[in-house]
Amino acid sequence: MSDLFLSMQNVSKRYTGVQALDQVDFEIRRGEVHCLAGENGSGKSTLIKIISGVVQPDGGSEIVVEEQQITHQTSIESMRLGIEVIYQDLSLFPNMTVSQNIALNEIIENKSRLVAKKHEAEIAQAAMDRVGVNLPLGELVGDLSMGDQQLVAICRALTSDVRLLIMDEPTTALTRKEIQGLFRVVAELKSQGIASMFVSHKLGEIFEIAERVTVLRDGRKVGTYSCSDLDDAKLSYLMTGQTVEYTPYNFEAAKQQPLLEVRNLSKKGNFADVSFALAPGEILGVTGLLGSGRTELALSLFGMNRPDSGEVYLNGDRLSLGSVGKSVRAGIGYVPENRLVQGLVMPQSVGRNIVVTTVRRLLAKLGLIDRDRYRENIDEWIDRLSIKVPSAQSPVRTLSGGNQQRVVLAKWMATAPKVLILDGPTVGIDVAAKSAIHTIIRDLAKSGVGVIIISDEVVEVHGTCNRALVMNRGRIKAELDMASTSAHELQDAVQQVSV
Amino acid sequence: MRRLMQRHETYVFLAVVALTIVVTALNPNFFTMENFLDILKSCSFLGIMAIGVLVVLISGGVDISFTAVATVGQYVMAVVITRYTGNIALAFAIAIAIGLVLGLINAALIYFFNIPTIIVSIGTLNVFYGLLIVFSGGKWIYTLPEWFRKFAETRVFTLFNSNGIPYGLSIVTLIWIFVIVLAALILRYTVLGRSLYAVGGCGFDKGPAERAGINIFRVQVFVYTFMGFTAGVAGVVQALLVQTVAPNSIVGKELNVIAAVVLGGASLAGGAGTIVGTLLGVFLLAILSNGLTLMRVPSYWYDVVIGLVILTSVSASALQQRRKGKRAIAVEDAQHG
Repeated sequence: MSDLFLSMQNVSKRYTGVQALDQVDFEIRRGEVHCLAGENGSGKSTLIKIISGVVQPDGGSEIVVEEQQITHQTSIESMRLGIEVIYQDLSLFPNMTVSQNIALNEIIENKSRLVAKKHEAEIAQAAMDRVGVNLPLGELVGDLSMGDQQLVAICRALTSDVRLLIMDEPTTALTRKEIQGLFRVVAELKSQGIASMFVSHKLGEIFEIAERVTVLRDGRKVGTYSCSDLDDAKLSYLMTGQTVEYTPYNFEAAKQQPLLEVRNLSKKGNFADVSFALAPGEILGVTGLLGSGRTELALSLFGMNRPDSGEVYLNGDRLSLGSVGKSVRAGIGYVPENRLVQGLVMPQSVGRNIVVTTVRRLLAKLGLIDRDRYRENIDEWIDRLSIKVPSAQSPVRTLSGGNQQRVVLAKWMATAPKVLILDGPTVGIDVAAKSAIHTIIRDLAKSGVGVIIISDEVVEVHGTCNRALVMNRGRIKAELDMASTSAHELQDAVQQVSV
Repeated sequence: MRRLMQRHETYVFLAVVALTIVVTALNPNFFTMENFLDILKSCSFLGIMAIGVLVVLISGGVDISFTAVATVGQYVMAVVITRYTGNIALAFAIAIAIGLVLGLINAALIYFFNIPTIIVSIGTLNVFYGLLIVFSGGKWIYTLPEWFRKFAETRVFTLFNSNGIPYGLSIVTLIWIFVIVLAALILRYTVLGRSLYAVGGCGFDKGPAERAGINIFRVQVFVYTFMGFTAGVAGVVQALLVQTVAPNSIVGKELNVIAAVVLGGASLAGGAGTIVGTLLGVFLLAILSNGLTLMRVPSYWYDVVIGLVILTSVSASALQQRRKGKRAIAVEDAQHG
């Protein structure tokens, strides 16, 4: 018996106009913990989809599972072969109980017609016992923490005879403690001969759990490496093809009145006792796990989430925080986390998206738009942020992620804000565009704007900001000066290793 | 207890109790066995359709065409039994068969064209109802067979009130109870029932349900044929209750039925809803209208009051949901360390 569970040769996949995968070879040994690493758009998800049978590879691709040549795989067939995928959304049913969720697949697989609560509970308990976890069977899955939901998804996969468990970005929303729990489960699976495959772009974690790493870049395989041969910098280079060096943002706080001052801001169920100051020209990072209250805080400062108590001062004047209009007029700009939904009107033109915040200033007599000034204004911003676009009339949705983000930035920079809040400014943007965006942000700060970056990407916060606040469970847990803190220390603070 | 207080049903139940006390205080005739059995009889028509609507809402869909389905089934049934005689079993068989076929049409449109269910059912409501009016010419049917009238008066058990007038549990209520039990068994003890909640619980993207191996089309077919089945039964029941068949007497009631089910805690977003809640929702609206009649409130006010009750209930549960959603971040109570 060969020690390979899965081996793939020459796997290619072409979508209309895009070569998602280009002659990739890939293999997984029995009981191995393997990590698939790569930037956004490197072909990771296409590869998973091919392994799980959701997507068919192009001709010439060869896939062998358990020494059997696989020709036309479907997702049902791949499940029969023991391949289970846990997607990032977990595919759970929040309105159903833990035991119903865990047992559902098996019950459907067995083609049963009737179900009994007791039988479901037995299936669920058996799956949980296999990996030594204990969750309340009758609880609704939607009421569980993200970590527990992840475990429910794993238990559900274990109800079938799984040989390879694929997890797509499993740690994104987990606390350090929950990640440890997950890794314990993965180790337990390994001892039972079940292979795990992690898809991740968080470097630290890869080294902790994986034995081998396969790196993809632009649809091609860069290579498969043993974890002991790699370090953070090397892996980052392999993933991006370039050495990204963050030069810390040096900022000397002038002894003057702070630009923005937040005092004891609290909102029930969101955050509590948040106090900090922001100087003009400063870039302040606010980081923490998903659900730490960082985004809620940003929304409150922007007038979209009225706090219960506390005060916010801008240049010494108290802000009302009651409406977005007032916040914008006071000089606060906000670039939301999900630019597709919240930041841009996708089918509308680049030009219209840029001027939407400032169109009032472009009015001529009778309240009509001054067409010349309108056009000049748009061209100026396209030029200033070097937005690559065929014309100002092109719809925003036709642009790349990096250019879309520039349009959002232009839209808010055009309002000449005193404080600009950026939530996840480089989510889903490739490395080159990322550093361009960071340069724009820095230039903006140098011109005297106070910038707040909300992000869970520790490397980004560390490399762009001069100071960072770490939030956890709605409170500020640490305030760190980036010049005297390493990225690793910041990561530890975010994942509350010390707690 | 804490569990009980979190359930929407508890609040609807309390509202039903409170309403009963108020109405009884104003008119003691309300709190009698006779009146209760009467309410059970008169609301069985809406109640049967409410069970069908519950199943649709749990699966994440919305159907408003069921009143047209009920009307078509009822009318065709009435034409057949008045022209060629028959018996009660045949009457139900005809209406149910029509309900199943029309339900299947809904399911097929929804699945194959992937159109939002409410849009499909707005379309089919008009097509089904329009065709009925075209072919029937809107004619009423007044004279139903004698056996049809007799069946409607059947009582499961008979009691006598102080004036010596007989009353009892109507056969019509028994039919409703049959539909309730059938739906309860399906929702609780079958894989199909589980699949329904699963499909409804995953919102717009049905990927998770598909990946769990659920055949979405089969679930849709069941949902809309079951809705058609209840509509067919309800069509016959309505004819039994009023003993006249008018093509325009049922269409227009669809929003009342959906309101009752939503009052009972079913979510328009899908995935949530129980039989008990639905029954409570139906009772709440029935007691309200019965109570208003007993209190001699002009009937114009019914709609206003019912509208207000629906708004109150829905906003109350929305507030509860929002509070629940906002609790997502467990803010630490005190700073330590």
